[in-house]
Amino acid sequence: MATQHSRAAARLMISPAVILLLLWMIVPLAMTVYFSFLNYNLLMPGAHNFIGFENYKYFVTNPAFITALINTLVLVGGVLLITTVGGTLLALLLDQPVWGQGIVRILVIAPFFVMPTVSALVWKNMFMNPVNGLFGWIATSFGFAPFDFLSQAPLFSIILIVSWQWLPFATLILLTALQSLDSEQVEAAEMDGAGPFARFFHITVPHLSRAATVVILIQTIFLLSVFAEILVTTNGGPGNASTNLTYLVYAQSLLQFDVGGGSAGGIIAVILANIVAIFLMRMIGKNLDA
Amino acid sequence: MARKVTTKRRITVTVIAWIIALLIFFPILWTFLTSFKTEGEAVATPPHFFFFHWTLENYLEVSERSDYVLYFFNSVVISVGSTIIGLIIAIPAAWAMAFVPGKRTKDVLMWMLSTKMLPPVGVLIPIYLIFKNTGLMDTRTGLVIVMTLINLPIIVWMLYTYFKEIPGEILEACRMDGATLKEEVLYILTPMAVPGIASTLLLNVILAWNEAFWTLNLTAANAAPLTAFIASYSSPEGLFYAKLSAASMMAIAPILILGWFSQKQLVRGLTFGAVK
Amino acid sequence: MTVRFRALMGACAVGMFATGAATGAMAETTITVATVNNGDMIRMQGLTSEFEKAHPDIKVKWVTMEENVLRQKVTTDVATHAGNYDVMTIGNYEVPIWAKQGWLLPLNFPDSYDTKDILPAIRGALTLKDKLYAAPFYGESSMTMYRTDLMKKAGLEMPEKPTWAFIAKAAKAMTDKSAGVYGICLRGKAGWGENMAILTAMSNSFGARWFNEKWQPQFDSAAWKDTMSSYLDLMKNYGPPGASSNGFNENLALFQQGKCGIWIDATVAASFVTDPKNSKVAKDVGFAMAPHKDGVSKDANWLWSWNLAIPAGTKKEKAAETFIEWATSKKYTELVASKDGWANVPPGTRTSLYKNPEYAKIPFAKMTLKSIDAADATHPTVDPVPYTGVQFVAIPEFQGIGTAVGQQFSAALAGSETGEQALQNAQSLTTREMTKAGYIK
Repeated sequence: MATQHSRAAARLMISPAVILLLLWMIVPLAMTVYFSFLNYNLLMPGAHNFIGFENYKYFVTNPAFITALINTLVLVGGVLLITTVGGTLLALLLDQPVWGQGIVRILVIAPFFVMPTVSALVWKNMFMNPVNGLFGWIATSFGFAPFDFLSQAPLFSIILIVSWQWLPFATLILLTALQSLDSEQVEAAEMDGAGPFARFFHITVPHLSRAATVVILIQTIFLLSVFAEILVTTNGGPGNASTNLTYLVYAQSLLQFDVGGGSAGGIIAVILANIVAIFLMRMIGKNLDA
Repeated sequence: MARKVTTKRRITVTVIAWIIALLIFFPILWTFLTSFKTEGEAVATPPHFFFFHWTLENYLEVSERSDYVLYFFNSVVISVGSTIIGLIIAIPAAWAMAFVPGKRTKDVLMWMLSTKMLPPVGVLIPIYLIFKNTGLMDTRTGLVIVMTLINLPIIVWMLYTYFKEIPGEILEACRMDGATLKEEVLYILTPMAVPGIASTLLLNVILAWNEAFWTLNLTAANAAPLTAFIASYSSPEGLFYAKLSAASMMAIAPILILGWFSQKQLVRGLTFGAVK
Repeated sequence: MTVRFRALMGACAVGMFATGAATGAMAETTITVATVNNGDMIRMQGLTSEFEKAHPDIKVKWVTMEENVLRQKVTTDVATHAGNYDVMTIGNYEVPIWAKQGWLLPLNFPDSYDTKDILPAIRGALTLKDKLYAAPFYGESSMTMYRTDLMKKAGLEMPEKPTWAFIAKAAKAMTDKSAGVYGICLRGKAGWGENMAILTAMSNSFGARWFNEKWQPQFDSAAWKDTMSSYLDLMKNYGPPGASSNGFNENLALFQQGKCGIWIDATVAASFVTDPKNSKVAKDVGFAMAPHKDGVSKDANWLWSWNLAIPAGTKKEKAAETFIEWATSKKYTELVASKDGWANVPPGTRTSLYKNPEYAKIPFAKMTLKSIDAADATHPTVDPVPYTGVQFVAIPEFQGIGTAVGQQFSAALAGSETGEQALQNAQSLTTREMTKAGYIK
């Protein structure tokens, strides 16, 4: 249906977005690549000599690097698991007729609107703090010793906070998908004597897979660079227990002000993110082709 | 589902749904309550839930100490500005991708999304230097540009999925009637796409409002939005839960209210093509 | 490329988002002051109108932030000469390093300012080649703060110069976990300015040092092991839960609520814990020197000051200097005293303050001065070292290394690794970084 004319027009219409994003990607990236080969510490002015792959060597051989890599995967995976499973269950619940459905839905989506810094601060101080937090109070009033979330289970605590923020998003998308489920199909299955579990696994789950893919894709993009939550709550610690790749790059470039090392870390993070991206795109591509 | 539901079942489901919803909402409610307590009461054991001496002193103190109006104004300009500019750039691109798909369309779309995977910290110093040399540092203009670029991929993708749902036959009929490209976009597509555009707009305002890395690092006194406002209350000396709560409520309330009022539009549009 | 980029950026601007209206028309200068959200600075911010009244041609804008965020922002700013700030609040760690790089402008105050009045220990740290590069806003050392009521109940008496052994004994006697009272609170939150401040100062008092004269890290020494095990013993047995995320502010909040028996921390905390408005235990606080170990000549006194300085990137240095002169003057002290009482004036900067008979009535005045005098930034350790700084090492790399080591020690406190492991990791990571930076050949 596309004519020659409309093709040219289409290209013209796409180009501003493409050019802008290309610039946004290439200019800083080129500078970062360049810096990554220099001995460049912001705190030490003067000549920045070329040192080859030295910065990369130091970043990769840093014992914290492997930990950070694993933490990144655990963080992303953990949050995805909690939000998709939790989101599906919540969506199923909200799909039922409920009195005050509007208000229930408003309450459920509210966390999505909260700034990450604010939610991290609130969770850290008012809930997870073992002396003054609510969890600590609940534990002591049942006669248990308060659990020190952020030092005993730092990564888990962060997963919990991030999941709280993203659960509404997953729920909404899955709920929308659920509502488009063909009820006749469900009824037909019911007539055939399929139990609720069989109906769920054979009809609902396949129907939701497309929505779940979208949830996974969008969230992965944001979760790979989770940062504010870690900075506010644990500063990546104790030790490196909650340091992810983004935080490690941050420590290198804004605590040590080692621009060279930070840039090398940034490039490595970009490469790894792209590997994840390719993997994801394959999956999405298959699932999203109409 | 148009099946009959017994009252008993409905009651059970209602109770469960309300309990879960309240649990999820509780941190926000608790922040809200704490913001009206005195500092001493905020850490009282056992905690006081509703029956305490309600006070506005935290809000007064926070607004006395920081120029809330300026931070608020900056947040509005940055989030709304970047979203509108983003839409202006993205609508034509998404339109073209949806209706004149080429062999590469999908790749371009996926590439766009992949630019979002760049960890911001890795490129902070380059951007910082560019901003310094172009005089964009600590200006709303600078942040609008960065926010636009950051959220552009999401905007393009969301719009693309909406546009794809618009049946092509309508367009062809228009073309038969001799409608020009411009007319096609203006009179046919846009009205059909309004719900999609509205929810894209909402989602992006929310994302830009809450973005805390660039807004914090590229501003000082003039263009700093509410994310920077929070940084001055995050860990001050002594007891601070009540003041922190008040500052938090002031930072999130505008977007929370907007989100609640436009909940229907947001929900209707927030599908990312997930529903087919 | 750049031209294109700029053009695109310009196109995006669309006029309507013009930058904040500059107050250029009048002969008025607006200066931007970056500061930390500590109590004394917030009080200074509250007194801005007094300054503007006295200097109607200068307007002040504030960027008040949490310490870590602020440090990151001002460092990036000053290192790239971005010029966002006209006055910066920085520590005595940064001042000599930045002054050497030419990032700070020297301060030339009139005689009436009385530079000689600044405490010698503080002034020395801010001076490079006879020029003052920053003016101290408040200064601090560390000291022992304790609950007199709990001490009495335990039947003990705090000596003026306690030993670590006595601190452990007292902490044990005061601890009553069922009542939510913990014998000792020390910083545990990772950071070169958080747990490493107390741990480095403590290690000095155990005869340890960060580096030998060849810049080789010394975490494998017996003195460091001794420091670490004493710290962990104290904190694990008598410390509050969650100590590994407690910094100065968290401990202050705990002490004010009456949950700590002993707290060894900055002298500035004294005015907060004795302030009946915010502290439940205001009446029952006693002060003593920071602890030492028998037979070791150094004690755990650190030296820190928050200072106001002018970055080299500013174009408004005159106005900035006027502001700094005002904020660090004797008159400012009197202004605060007249509004909020002598207990709330910024401490630890001027000799004259400690000679003031009004100020001498404050319970913690004497101990603060003694503690500051006891700190020696040029000879911080028992064994010779190639660096200056008591609770820090005054080299640019220290921020990063100190924080990474702090992470290890914080992990040891959280129990995810042993003290031995933490020291080993600290040793290897410091060796790595120092080799990379070229100190170790």
